[in-house]
Order: sequence, then C-alpha cells, then structure tokens
Amino acid sequence: MSTARVAIVGAGPAGVRCAEVLVAAGLRPVLVDEGMRDGGQIYRRQPDGFGRGYEALYGTEAERARALHETFDRLRARLDYRPQTLVWNAADSELHLVRDGLSHGLPYDAVVVCSGATDRLMPVPGWQRAGCYSLGAAQIALKAQACAIGEKVVFLGTGPLLYLVAAQYAKAGARVAAVVDTARRGDGIRALPQLGARPDVLRKGLALIAYLRRAGVAMFKGATPVAIEGADAAGVSGLRFRDASGRERLVACDAVAMGYHLRAETQLADLLRCEFRFDAESRQWLPRIDPWGRASVAGVYLAGDGARLQGADGAEASGALAGLAVLRDLGVPADQGQADRLLRVLARMERFRVGIARAFPWPWRQAADLPDTTLVCRCEGITARELRRVVTDEGAREANRAKAFSRVGMGRCQGRYCGLAGAEIVAAASQSDIRQVGRLRAQAPVKPLPATTRQAAHEPQ
Amino acid sequence: MNPNDSDVLIVGGGLMGTTAAFFLRRRGHAVTLLERGLVGQQASGTNFGNVRRQGRFLPQLPLANRSREIWGQLPELIGHDVEFLPTGHIRVCYSEAQADRLETYARDARPYGLELQMLRGEAMRAKFPYLGPEIRAVSWAPRDGHANPRLAAPAFARAAVREGARIVEDTEVVRVEKTAGRFVATCADGTTYRAAVLLVTAGAWGNLLSEQFGEPVPMSVHGPQMAVTEPVPYCLVPVVGASSDSIEEIFYFRQVKRGNIVMGGCARGPAYPDARRAYVLPGSPLKQFVQLERIIPALRRLSIIRVWSGIEGYMADDVPIMGPSAKVDGLFYAFGFCGHGFQLGPGVGDTMAELIDTGRTSVPIDPFLIGRFA
Repeated sequence: MSTARVAIVGAGPAGVRCAEVLVAAGLRPVLVDEGMRDGGQIYRRQPDGFGRGYEALYGTEAERARALHETFDRLRARLDYRPQTLVWNAADSELHLVRDGLSHGLPYDAVVVCSGATDRLMPVPGWQRAGCYSLGAAQIALKAQACAIGEKVVFLGTGPLLYLVAAQYAKAGARVAAVVDTARRGDGIRALPQLGARPDVLRKGLALIAYLRRAGVAMFKGATPVAIEGADAAGVSGLRFRDASGRERLVACDAVAMGYHLRAETQLADLLRCEFRFDAESRQWLPRIDPWGRASVAGVYLAGDGARLQGADGAEASGALAGLAVLRDLGVPADQGQADRLLRVLARMERFRVGIARAFPWPWRQAADLPDTTLVCRCEGITARELRRVVTDEGAREANRAKAFSRVGMGRCQGRYCGLAGAEIVAAASQSDIRQVGRLRAQAPVKPLPATTRQAAHEPQ
Repeated sequence: MNPNDSDVLIVGGGLMGTTAAFFLRRRGHAVTLLERGLVGQQASGTNFGNVRRQGRFLPQLPLANRSREIWGQLPELIGHDVEFLPTGHIRVCYSEAQADRLETYARDARPYGLELQMLRGEAMRAKFPYLGPEIRAVSWAPRDGHANPRLAAPAFARAAVREGARIVEDTEVVRVEKTAGRFVATCADGTTYRAAVLLVTAGAWGNLLSEQFGEPVPMSVHGPQMAVTEPVPYCLVPVVGASSDSIEEIFYFRQVKRGNIVMGGCARGPAYPDARRAYVLPGSPLKQFVQLERIIPALRRLSIIRVWSGIEGYMADDVPIMGPSAKVDGLFYAFGFCGHGFQLGPGVGDTMAELIDTGRTSVPIDPFLIGRFA
C-alpha cells in the first residue's frame, strides 16, 4: 500500500470520483472542500433540516446525484475529509489551507485540483444593480436555500445553464419573465454534429426548452442585451434588449440571472505554476493537461470543469482518470481497462464540449460595443471608458498591464468575473488578437483572506 | 544620424531609467532607453510606494530631499499625479530603547532639513488615537507620503517620450562594450544601439552589465512581500511603518484614497531574476496580520484580496550604486537601491541627468560610488 500523500481539492463530481479510485487502491487521500457538504456546485447537498427529495432538487440528474452522494458517504470513513476549508495558496509542493481562522500547510506528493467553474459574465449597462445575479448564484439560492432571486426573473446570457436554471425556477413556482439567449438559432444547428456525441444530453436539453415553452415562458434567440434597467436604490426593474430582428424590447422584472456558459476556475493551477494555453473554442486560457489530466508540473493533476468545461459527467470521468494517473505515477497498480474506458468517454465528452461552445458562443464582439459608461469591473467601479483609455492613451495592450493602469480585475473578485470581458475590451481597443492580450496572472489568496487568520500551531486532525 | 545612435543610452526602464530619460531630455540630450520587458514592471512597479525620507541613511537625505521636491511638482511636471499624496509618515516603535533611537535620528536629521516630530504618551494618543496599546512612540514626518508605484515609472516614461526620448520596450540587451570611444549595446535580436554615454539603470540585473566593464559588485536579490486589503472608507491618512531590530516587526502599510490598505514587510521572499518572477511566501501575510493588529487593532477586521512581489537588488552594504564608473569614461550607474529606491527615483533621475550633463552633482553622491567595491 502506498503511503504517498495525495490531496484532492474539491468534493464535486471530479473530486469524489478521484477519491473513489484512490481509496480503492488502498490510499487515504485528503479531500479538501470549501463547501459545508460534498457534491460540489452541481450536486450540492442541501443543509441539514431541508427535506426536499432528489427528484425535486436534481430533476433528470437525480440518479447521478444520488450515486455520487452515496459514493461519498461510503468513502467518508476512508478519507481525510476537510470540509469548509479553503485552499488559499499553494507553493513548493504544499497547499495552504484555512479553516475557522487558522492556516496550515498541507504537503503533498500529488495534488488533484478539481476546482470547478463559475459563470462567465459579460458586462451590460446596469449589471451592477441590486437584483442582478449570476446564473450559478440563482441556482445556489434555489438548491441550497429554496429561495428565488426575485418574484419575476429574466434569464440572460447563453449556455445550457441558462435553460436549466430557468426551468428549475419555473418548476419551483417562480415567474420566469423571459429567457434571453445571445446565441443564434443557427449556432445550435451548426453544432449538431458535435452535440450528437451525447444524444441523451441533447435530448434532455431540448426537453427543457420544450418544458419552458409549454410553461408559456417568452424565449428569444439571437438577442443583443442593451441594458438592465432600474434605479440605484430600488434595483432592477427590467431588461432592455434587441431581438434577432433588431427590434428593441423591454421585459419588466425584479431580478436578472445572467451567465454566458462557464469559465474554468484556474487560480490554483496558476499558483501551482502550471502552463496555460489558449483554447480557441471557448476563447479562454486553460491549463495544459495530457489526456489523463497531468498538468505541466510534476505531481499536479487537473480534472473537471476547472480544467475542461465538459460538464458533470465529464468531471466524474476525468476525476477518476486523474486518480488512475496518480496511481500509475506513484507506481501503484491501476486498472488499465478502466483507464481505456474513461479515455473513450472523455473523447466523447470533448467532442460534446466543442459542440456546446459552438452552440452557445461567447458573444465577445459585444464587449467591443459596450457603451463607454458601462461598468466593466464592478468590484472597483471601473468603466469601459477608463479601460479603453489606458489602452489608447497609455499603451496598455496586455491584460496585466491594463489591470495595473486601470484597476480592472484588481478588486475582490480578482478578475474572475470581469477578466475575460476586460481582455476582449483591451483587444478591441488595441485592435489586437485576444491571444496577444494574454491572461491575468493569479495571485494568492484564492479567495479573500481575513486578517484575523493565524498560523495554526498544529495541523488539525 | 542612425536612429539607433544617441547621446545617452539608458539600459533599464524602471523608475531610475525613465526619470533619467525625462530629465536628460529636459537638458537637451538625445536619449534612447532600452527596456527588456515593459517600463516599470519590476521593483519600480511592485514596491510599497513609500515616499518616505525619515529613517534613511543620513548621507542619503540630500538626495531624498531633492527627490521630494520633484514629487511635489507632480502632476504639473509630467502631466500625471501618479497618486502622490503628501500625507505624512509615521514610524512607530514598541520599546523605549527604540523610541530613543528614533529621537536621536530626529535630532540628527534636522541639519539635513528633515523636520521630524517625536510624540509619546498622551500627545501621541491624542494625535493618533487609533494606535494600539503596545506602541510607545511615534516619529512623525508631516511632509513624507506615498504614491502609486504601478503608475510612476510608466508616467515618467510617457513624459520622457513627449519630451523627445526614444523608449524601446521588449528589447533585451545581452552585451555592452565600449569600442572606438562609443558604447555599443547588442540586443537579443542582434540589433545594436550606440551612444557616447551609457547609463545602467538595470535594477537587480545591474551587476550583469557592470561586470562586463570589469566592475562586478556584491549583490543579492529578494522579493518584497506585499498584500492589499479590500477597500474601506478612506480614514488612515499617514503612511505607517514600524521601526524594530526584528525583521518580523518591520511592517508598513498605507491606505490609498480609494480605500484599500497596502501592506508589506515582516520578511523577504525568494526572487528568480532569470525567470523574472518573485513570490510571496505563504507565511508572510500571516506574519503581517499579527503586526497589523498590534499597530492598529481596528484593521484586523479587513481581508486581504491579493499579494504580490517583485525583484529588488540589494547591495552587500545596503547602500545603492550611483554615479560614474570608476573604470570607464562616459559610463554611469544607478542601480541596486536595496528596496528603498522608490522615493529616491525622481531625484536619482534628475541627479544623474545633471551629472551626465555637467559632470557635477548639486547633492553629494560620494557614499554611493561603485568604486567602494573595487
């Protein structure tokens, strides 16, 4: 039995399946997770005392959610599980964890980062108003707390989550004022060959849309957002957009849930000094990995949406495969048949990933067209005008330079929400390719670290 | 004239190089500045941003005073204020012995024109009521302050360009030599630049150039340990620094107008000049939190949102190198500012321009000459 110390970051589908593989080989991995319970974002488990059933919480994914939770519950005693623990930094083969105000180091021989994804956001005039949420946040409110973000909600953006969360809201009894998708009808049709890699998922997606239609929800494709209307004190009052025919429309609402598919959470991979490459399909910089999930740094493995946006099923497969890669690299016998099967699954997931990226493209040209007065960086309150000014007047043509001069990406979110749109604005203002603009370098802490944090005297057990 | 020829060639586009380019243009010299990356990216752009004179090595004060005058000429001088604020600077200490040292320093600094006010007991608490109970004394420099290092060198560079300087970024000098009375700098892409005068302002990499002229110097590199909090309403006016013999207690912080508190100190981190990267040790912010709470307990409620570092060159005697070469005519140096160069920057640029233009300096620079290592 190997005594190697393997750390897994994140107890979502990738992290739990990775842990399963390692435990089966006789290891006792450390599973660190920020959440109160396992399941990650997609299979988030409700807090104690909430009694909704799997069907109500996870819909068509109830069985997968149940299977993952049961796997975790079965593994629990054979894991060094650290919930409510943030990996705030990483350096020199050591993770730095904080829990209950105490920080301590966790040295590892191998680390599997399953950090997941967050919503990719595109600024729109008024998106700083109260009542404007990301799709993910809107879904968490529902899943974890059985709350809706408003009484009458507009869903804006693009991607599978747009329809999923809108349908979940409709099912839960919230009023869905409209689903406003920036992807055009033709985008989805052209992506059918890739989307056909997973006909079951495609069918589920179409069923969601049919459900929304039956529920009488107004749905728009090929939309161009104009503004989230409202007042500073009262918050959101409506969404103004142009429909595919160019006609301007105003939909009244008291909340907007927005998101443009997802962006990989890559800060830890960056702090671990992994190499990145530009993924043209998603227009994002992603850590470089081999088919097994090995990063460019020895001992570092990446799985799930934090490495490739392949969704929950892809996360389960890539997590398990990364676990097998860890075993191989440690010299522990691993199941080659299982690896071959997972590699085939992931090839299919990858084809589907490309299909999703094409069916719901990031509307990057909108960034160039944003009015000057639009806030790009909500944390620091920086407008598109100021960001463009540092490009044109001060020569900041690279993402980190533009950040240094304008403060876009310098605030509490550290560019996790404004960075991708900010880069598009810099590219447009400097008339250069998005690759030339580069990506914001991540710095610790991964999330804000309270100044009350102290070095722990001993490692907690 | 070949466009790659100039009167003065400057290698290194930090604060020293860009300010020198600006002031040399003001004196009418044709200037080309070569920068390997982007101007102000290394120590000049990543330091704490202290415009602090108190606490400096006394013979450095005339230069620091000259620099302070230039800081006071912003934004008019270069068309940008680089967020310079003459907010005052306080040095605090935890022991009577240290307080006595501050008192001695205040007395010794007075002949140099630096007026410091010592405050203890009730007077200190009345003036700075937010200080923690462990603080025994304050040395207050009302005219010191702070500025934004991310903006300073780029702003001087743009002003220098407006004055007619040529600044070439993304250009790495691999070899420098003097042949037939002219300096020749050969870049990584094979391009050459020539000038009668060469000024090396290459910071932590200065030694790589000085040794090509037979003047190696004992230098080490370190990364400052910086962190910044989320913004809170602006209320902390002076820059605060703790004076101590223990590096863990040497901690400093300031609040910027938009509310974030920038902090640094308690340790020095590793720096990798070849990779051009330096890191914050994970333990550093944790050490800083302890000191922050000792100095202003109320600030413990904040969170930091980012840390960063940069590459600073330190001389073995903790004194920078500035002045003419001891061996080669027409060769000048200004590098190795040992983590305290930001405040000096504009004064160094102005003084080097004066030295190159007239052969003399109106502030003494004898303690900084490279010949001390010969």
